[in-house]
Amino acid sequence: MKRLITLAFAASMLAGPMLAGHAGAQTTLRIGLAEDPDVMDPTTARTFVGRIVFSSICDKLLDIDKDQKLIPQLATEWAWSDDQKQLTMKLRPNVKFHDGEPMDAAAVKYSLERHLNFPGSRRKGEISQITAITVVDPLTVRIDLSVPFAPLLAQFTDRAGMIMSPKAAQAMGDKFGSAPVCAGPYKWVERVQQDRIVVERFADYWDKANIHFDRIVYQPVIDATVRLANLQSGQLDLVERVAATDVEAVKKNNRLRLVQATELGYLGLSFNIANGDRAKTPLGQDPRVRRAIELAIDRDILNQVAFEGLFKAGNQWVSPESPWYVKSMPAPKRDVTRAKQLLKEAGVPNLSFTANLPSGSENAQVAQIIQAMLQEAGIDMKLRTVEFATSLQMAAKGDFEAYFIGWSGRVDPDGNIWTFNSCEAAQNDGRYCNPEMDRWLKEARSTNDRERRMAAYEQAMKIHQADMPRVYLYHRTWFYGLSTKLQGFQAPPDGLVRVQGLKAG
Amino acid sequence: MGSLPAFIARRLLVALPTLLVVSFIVFGLQLLLPGDPALLLAGEDRDPQVIAYMRELYRLDEPIWVQYGDWVLRLLQGDLGESIRLKESVGGLIATKLWVTAELAILSMLWAVAIGVPAGIVAAVKRDTIWDWTASAIGLAGLSIPNFWLGIMMILFFSVQLGWLPASGYVSPWEDPVGNLAALAMPSFVLGSGVAAVLMRHTRSAMLTVLNADYIRTARAKGLAEKRVVRRHALRNALVPVVTLGAIQLGELLGGAVLTEQVFSIPGFGKLIVDAVFNRDYAVVQGVVLVTALAFILLNLVADLIYFLVNPRMRG
Repeated sequence: MKRLITLAFAASMLAGPMLAGHAGAQTTLRIGLAEDPDVMDPTTARTFVGRIVFSSICDKLLDIDKDQKLIPQLATEWAWSDDQKQLTMKLRPNVKFHDGEPMDAAAVKYSLERHLNFPGSRRKGEISQITAITVVDPLTVRIDLSVPFAPLLAQFTDRAGMIMSPKAAQAMGDKFGSAPVCAGPYKWVERVQQDRIVVERFADYWDKANIHFDRIVYQPVIDATVRLANLQSGQLDLVERVAATDVEAVKKNNRLRLVQATELGYLGLSFNIANGDRAKTPLGQDPRVRRAIELAIDRDILNQVAFEGLFKAGNQWVSPESPWYVKSMPAPKRDVTRAKQLLKEAGVPNLSFTANLPSGSENAQVAQIIQAMLQEAGIDMKLRTVEFATSLQMAAKGDFEAYFIGWSGRVDPDGNIWTFNSCEAAQNDGRYCNPEMDRWLKEARSTNDRERRMAAYEQAMKIHQADMPRVYLYHRTWFYGLSTKLQGFQAPPDGLVRVQGLKAG
Repeated sequence: MGSLPAFIARRLLVALPTLLVVSFIVFGLQLLLPGDPALLLAGEDRDPQVIAYMRELYRLDEPIWVQYGDWVLRLLQGDLGESIRLKESVGGLIATKLWVTAELAILSMLWAVAIGVPAGIVAAVKRDTIWDWTASAIGLAGLSIPNFWLGIMMILFFSVQLGWLPASGYVSPWEDPVGNLAALAMPSFVLGSGVAAVLMRHTRSAMLTVLNADYIRTARAKGLAEKRVVRRHALRNALVPVVTLGAIQLGELLGGAVLTEQVFSIPGFGKLIVDAVFNRDYAVVQGVVLVTALAFILLNLVADLIYFLVNPRMRG
């Protein structure tokens, strides 16, 4: 027995360096993911991490660049009709799916209709304004909408814009996600649940000159420390979501490089305004109280203490770096005196409330720092840590007074605002409703005129400041660690890993 | 107490109601577990239509006994259901993961036996010396150091500092046997360390009991060399309870792999159940718990069998 173990250990000692040296030698790119993706069907997929993998398999109609500008991918040109209810798109010629079928207007029509009609589609809500999709000619498609809907183009930069091979999708039905067939640079090879997803270069990819690795292996490594250790030991070439506390370690390591981008989303503190009995408190009923909470918080110090100043403090639904940030309404300076005064006016000088908090050390730290800041204004915030699935259910049921919750963000600002602030929206857990706010949000999503949209968002932001249904706190930073041998990596703010242009150098 | 076949038959008869109770508890827990799977499954956007569709598709609104009856009926046909998150059959998922965890557990057991048993013997034979104290101290450390901490420390040392072993992941032994052992070397050691400590303590006390027994005194009185006394007479008798304990510990390892698999990103049972619980993927949770319970029952049966075979008094 003992000898066997000695043997096994000796063997593993020999094997170690061989494995570690493996990654750079072949043209295999190894990417470490922070989670295991869910089902890989563009119509039903729902995880962020799945989108990272989709980036190499399924091309979209449009994409975004690092400045959040819409750029062509499968669609090369697009134009709106005068009434803004009809979108005509020209498609890229000579594009093939992985199964050799042509990517044309009929395939676009098929994919969009699948997104709209497939049972359990998670895309339907994103593009539900579409009433008809017409094949004008093999490379032209026309999309009719029930109402003008400006965010539609941005929706096409994500899963709703992914085009699937109709032949494969028909043949595989609801099993399409176990081996997706699209028109991206890499085709599906295999997946071992919770272990790896392997894709292989697609020889007929339309932009193949920009694709340099033969294979990509995506590996979920949940623990940020272990993910980084894999990068440090050379087992992985690129890892997403490096912890803010590990950023220094990556910077100091001369074999590693750090790339970062401010996210599209945010973390905020939502209040229960009208969702059941727990809304019937001064906190839920009096905007002065909620305003006092904002004034008691110093966002910069929060960012310094919790994230070494690496995140972006912010007071709006988009980050200060976004072109949609309302510059005339920056974050107010901390003002404890004014906060106390507001509380007195509201008749609750000794405010006490409970905030729900999804479990996770990052969240806990943020909440505790805020707790201490509020304390100085005489506000007693109790924290109730609950596991994520539970916290979601409590929020939906109205079983909360305040709730720390993040949002991953969307390219079009409408995706950060509408679903949380309009009266009927799905994620408006606090049931905040102001017809004025609704009017401006509707105005903003119904026009493609950038100036008019911006003006509408400014008005909406003013109302938000007055009503304060949510205190926006900060915007996370996407940190990527990569081997210095890896060239050409750019991090757009949607946090995805685009494989075009990546090469070993 | 009867013959061996009768003994086995009786034990299996007892196992059936145990499994039934386990299945009740698994379903009961589902009632107690807060968090709506449909809400989670709907994804970040939480489209109400999707939520309603998920409820209907997975019959989440049905009374629990209807769901339970359904599950048992399908179970009797050998169908454990489908993962609602991964859209794969639970039976298939378990089949691939069970092997990984079983291999991890067996390798951990090898570590545990290789370290724990010799250390226990040395501690007993050299009682109250520096050897004994050292073994006890290391044993205490093995019991009290959390697996995830030890795991991360080992990764930082052996993978990052020395570059000897892969930091995480799993390679199938059929694909690459050496890579397989390299991938499992650290996690199995981490997982085995706790068991090694338990085995050490039990071996030590069993050895001490035996060494104080009359027949050992007789053996010594006959003038046998101490080495011979320990090897020939004491060891064999002392190891009987240790073997039984080992079989039971193997069952514990199956369950204890959860954290270790999480730290080392090993796609086994532990990771499967952690993800399933967080995603409220009930079918997977139920399948995994049931199979684990079954494994436990079987290992206990094996342990009892060994006891039955080596201990004549059981046969009456």
